[in-house]
Amino acid sequence: MKVTATDSAVDISPVPDTWQRRHLLGLEALSKDDILTLLHTAVELKAATGGCRDKLSILQGKTIANMFFENSTRTRNSFSLAARRLGADTVEFSASSSSLSKGETLIDTAKTIEAMNVDAMVVRHSTPGSPHLLSQNVGCSILNAGDGPHEHPTQGMLDIMTIFEQRGTLEGLTVAMVGDITYSRTARSNIWGLKKLGAHVIVCGPSTLVSKAWEDFGVEVSYSLDNIIPRCDVLNLLRIQFERQYTRPFPSVREYAFLYGMNRKRMEQAKDDILIMAPGPINRGVEITPDVADGPHSVILHQVTNGIAVRMAALYLTTSANQQA
Amino acid sequence: MPSIIIRNGRIIDPSQSLDEVADLLIQDGKIAAIGTDLGTADKEIEATGKIVSPGLVDTHVQLREPGFEEDETIESGTAAAINGGFTSIACLPNTSPTTDTQAQVQFIQQKASQANNCHVFVIACVSKNREGQELAEMGILAQAGAVAFSDAPHPLQKTDLFRRALEYSRMFDVPILDHPEIPELSQSGLMHSGSISMVLGLSGMHPDSEELATGRDLRLAETTGARLHLMDISTEGSVELIRRAKGRGVNVSSEICIANLHLTDEVMRTFDSNYKVNPPLRSQSHIDACIAGLQDGTIDVITSGHAPRASEKKMTELDQAPFGMSQIEITLGLAITNLVVPGHLDFPTLIRKLSTNPAKALKLDKGTLSVGTTADVTIIDPKVTWKVDSNQFASLSTNTPFNELTLTGRAETVIVDGTIKLQR
Repeated sequence: MKVTATDSAVDISPVPDTWQRRHLLGLEALSKDDILTLLHTAVELKAATGGCRDKLSILQGKTIANMFFENSTRTRNSFSLAARRLGADTVEFSASSSSLSKGETLIDTAKTIEAMNVDAMVVRHSTPGSPHLLSQNVGCSILNAGDGPHEHPTQGMLDIMTIFEQRGTLEGLTVAMVGDITYSRTARSNIWGLKKLGAHVIVCGPSTLVSKAWEDFGVEVSYSLDNIIPRCDVLNLLRIQFERQYTRPFPSVREYAFLYGMNRKRMEQAKDDILIMAPGPINRGVEITPDVADGPHSVILHQVTNGIAVRMAALYLTTSANQQA
Repeated sequence: MPSIIIRNGRIIDPSQSLDEVADLLIQDGKIAAIGTDLGTADKEIEATGKIVSPGLVDTHVQLREPGFEEDETIESGTAAAINGGFTSIACLPNTSPTTDTQAQVQFIQQKASQANNCHVFVIACVSKNREGQELAEMGILAQAGAVAFSDAPHPLQKTDLFRRALEYSRMFDVPILDHPEIPELSQSGLMHSGSISMVLGLSGMHPDSEELATGRDLRLAETTGARLHLMDISTEGSVELIRRAKGRGVNVSSEICIANLHLTDEVMRTFDSNYKVNPPLRSQSHIDACIAGLQDGTIDVITSGHAPRASEKKMTELDQAPFGMSQIEITLGLAITNLVVPGHLDFPTLIRKLSTNPAKALKLDKGTLSVGTTADVTIIDPKVTWKVDSNQFASLSTNTPFNELTLTGRAETVIVDGTIKLQR
């Protein structure tokens, strides 16, 4: 049986037959159709909630567990709000206050939470593959909210949705991910999603943080921001993930800002309608100067709002597919 | 002791360049004769269509006892060895306490003798407590029966200690075994460093880490003249370095773990921790170079690299899971399936890598069917197909990604010291 929108005030499209995914683990494995389904569902839910403000009841009676084994404020609250906007209950779970600190394994912790009749788990973990491990060991839906540097599918989707809202399509756009690609899950999810929707993707940053091997996957690799700026429709400025690096990959933050910081001077080289994005949290003065972050090209705060829309869509689609199974 | 005659088998013994269909007679626990018309014996084994090989020898097995009996015991590990066709194994010193005293060597020997499965040879620590700081008492350990020295699976990190160990070992003519790895270049690595690790966001172990250590080790073996056995070879660059060193006459032997001969890093896409091994599963070009190294004799030995780990240790996040696979029971099947069937190696070469050469590397009086030697014999059915079932493992650990896999070739009969230990 499919979940149908029961809210009297709105009419949400039923989940299309092409969507069969109980879990959302990454964008690499998704088809173009899957990505479009996520995108269009998010757009629809955003409209139906008056811009992610109003409450629906399409997930009424369902329980979503937020399981964050790594610190997060933004993504956690965004998922929580998304669940509640759709009428679901939420359970919050933190690694520090949990049985994990008493020696319980990840799988046992998840099974315990699942036994509380949870329909979906939103999992963040510092180790790539941890949500995949859980998806093989529990029956509910698993949504990856970031697994180490691997993937962060809802972040990728919210970036795509933000571009889609501004441009109406991804096809033919040139999108550059700038900065720390090696340790960025946002970069990976964006790369797969953008490419499937027909965008040209550039990864740009210091050679110690941008692997040449991305070229094997049809991605352009550049070490010079100044060279690529004039061609870009979108710049997505990534944060340096100092916490994941063992050896500092560049000499100083000052040098990084000098080479890759987006500032007013560099903006002069950009297209008139360039979009400036950042997954945040942003470091003002490092990857982006305040005038650019707060300027007319910046869509950073749209990204945050769209995060709720994308997460509503992801929860709706995966829990619905789980019910069919 | 009852005599045994094995009839009409294809007897392959690389130690005497033997490959012929004949009978083999065992009397009083020793090989008595190879030929035809050898008369009768108390026990007859029909081996038409089978291969009669000297008992297989493994240079690299973790037995885990004492200290980690949840993974394996000496009894279960040696039973697993018999299941896999191995009549002699050498065990690594990564126990707790480590194998760095006479008493520890004797404990293992005594337990092995009680288990009465296969022969067990002890590899003792190079350094006290395997800490890489001070030399263990190599002379006393050698006298107690240690056949070789190693800190494996740890690499010998300190170059001055390693050099001193090599110089010192010359007095006893025992080999030093090193797992070549520069930890600085592989720290926190979970898999091979390449485009797959890049996509998965997993920290990689760069081939440089192995190759710089291999180059250093070879140089030290060359200047000290000591006997070096390089474990865990997995890269194209290492193979080339060893090839050149052997060309110069350096006293070195080398081994490769069976897992590194047919699986690529692509399998890490499953995030299955059973694929997490060190050295990591690399790309096809590295595998091809290692196979070429086996073919031209650069790599002498194929080992199981048996590393049993209890399921609770493996069923966890990838960075928390230990390295290793429980491999000894399927090594022969994997080798026949992935090396002989596709035509990379013929049976005489495979048996050389699994029996004659490992015995030679550790200077053991094994790996031969010469008349008068102890009768350790493995009869192999080269054609039988069978499905791996880890529930049937004698090993206490089932950490294998190969469950349910269909393999070709298996040990059918295993004889140790003239006694039949396995007959399917």
